[in-house]
Amino acid sequence: MPKSNKPIVWGLFAAGGTVTAFITPVLVVLTLLAAAGHVPDLLTYDRLHAFAAHWIGKAVLFGIVFLSLWHAAHRLRITLHDFGIRGDALVAVVVYLFAAAGSVASAVTLLRI
Amino acid sequence: MSRRPYVREMPTTHWFLRQPRYLRYMAREVTCVFIGAYAVLLVIALARLAEGREAYEGFLRALGSTAGIAFQVVVLAFALYHTVSWFSVTPKAMPIQRGEEFVPGGVIIGAHYAGWIALSIVVLVLAGVL
Amino acid sequence: MSERRIELEVLRYSPERDREPRFQSYTVPCLDEWVVLDALNHVKDHLDTTLSYRWSCHMAVCGSCGMMVNGEPTLACKAFVRDYPDRIRVEPLANFPIERDLVTVMDDFMEKLARVKPWLIPGEDKTLGSGEHRQTPAELKRFKQYTMCINCMLCYSACPEYGLVPEFLGPAAIALAHRYNLDSRDGGRAERQEIIARDEAVWQCSFVGACSEVCPKHVDPAGALQQVKLASTVDWYREHLLPWVKK
Repeated sequence: MPKSNKPIVWGLFAAGGTVTAFITPVLVVLTLLAAAGHVPDLLTYDRLHAFAAHWIGKAVLFGIVFLSLWHAAHRLRITLHDFGIRGDALVAVVVYLFAAAGSVASAVTLLRI
Repeated sequence: MSRRPYVREMPTTHWFLRQPRYLRYMAREVTCVFIGAYAVLLVIALARLAEGREAYEGFLRALGSTAGIAFQVVVLAFALYHTVSWFSVTPKAMPIQRGEEFVPGGVIIGAHYAGWIALSIVVLVLAGVL
Repeated sequence: MSERRIELEVLRYSPERDREPRFQSYTVPCLDEWVVLDALNHVKDHLDTTLSYRWSCHMAVCGSCGMMVNGEPTLACKAFVRDYPDRIRVEPLANFPIERDLVTVMDDFMEKLARVKPWLIPGEDKTLGSGEHRQTPAELKRFKQYTMCINCMLCYSACPEYGLVPEFLGPAAIALAHRYNLDSRDGGRAERQEIIARDEAVWQCSFVGACSEVCPKHVDPAGALQQVKLASTVDWYREHLLPWVKK
């Protein structure tokens, strides 16, 4: 039995957990304000488009989406096992593929803006 | 004297109902569903943004539907639980020793809360809310 | 001296007679300062000599009398009867096979403990004549809490991941490996990493944290395991991305 390769997936999980702990609540507050009709300046089409057009904006948005998805995917893998679902190899492939697909989709989208 | 050890198996699907601390753990783990769902919402938002003004503004209207608001309120609750539970274990994962003594856990957790509040204010200012 | 009668429900299992464990109830007159172990000793001395359980020091040092008291992994010598309701349920430590009554089979833990090499592997070659390995108070403090472990196995009993995946190396063994890895006099970390950085070792931990909550000696195995995960992650990136950099 060699040493584990889990550090690859766990490192991203831990990074994602930290990023989402800091940023997700305030993001939800922003979108909730928009939902309630008080669209924050940054979430208006022109401002958000300009933000996403800049490379810094692209990097920030991609980083948040990628790490959130990866954090959720990895934790979901563990949680499914805790709920009694076996077949970790298949579960791992499915959740990480989902996270990767979402990340690639957002990267492609951001490059189009 | 015959040996015949008896093994009491752990129930694999509902073991967490045995103790409140296991339930708290599962609540923490389940936050990932909502963090993930919100990330998917962000992916959709970016897609609509790339499609153009009309698509994006349609997306904002959908956010304002009853279902959209309910979804976000639930996400906010779980996201806050994630933040609190994540910060609360930081001194365990990253203890800091200054000289002989360890920095008290409360100081490390407090620093995370201070950073979190500061960052949230910065984001709100940048977004034009404050 | 106030005396209180409690119902002590004890899980009994006789490999000769029982197909499966069963509860047996004893009415025990307890003194105010009694611990659950005293109540068990009362049963053994006055009510039922067939009751089997382990104990030795009666002062939370030997780690022998770990058992489930009302569902919580506890040292019976540290569980004051006055802190419990009139009905106290005592079972053998969860997650371990039952040998007889409250006695569990500890072989799995003993084998795992030895596997992590929980002893000092000197970092530098030094003859006895050349003097002691010196250590500053700060270097001692770095790992001192982990030396308090008394191998009572309450942490294994509290850990659902160990219950679900018996191959898991578990809290105490990995925390003790971490204790030696943190010791300034030790040079055995690379050897121990081969054991503790495996899938069925530290990576089986999902940080439930129950191990640290039940530890009677206030050790924090959960923290140790997270630190091992972080350090193993740094190792992994160093070994795979910078293979030419020697430690």
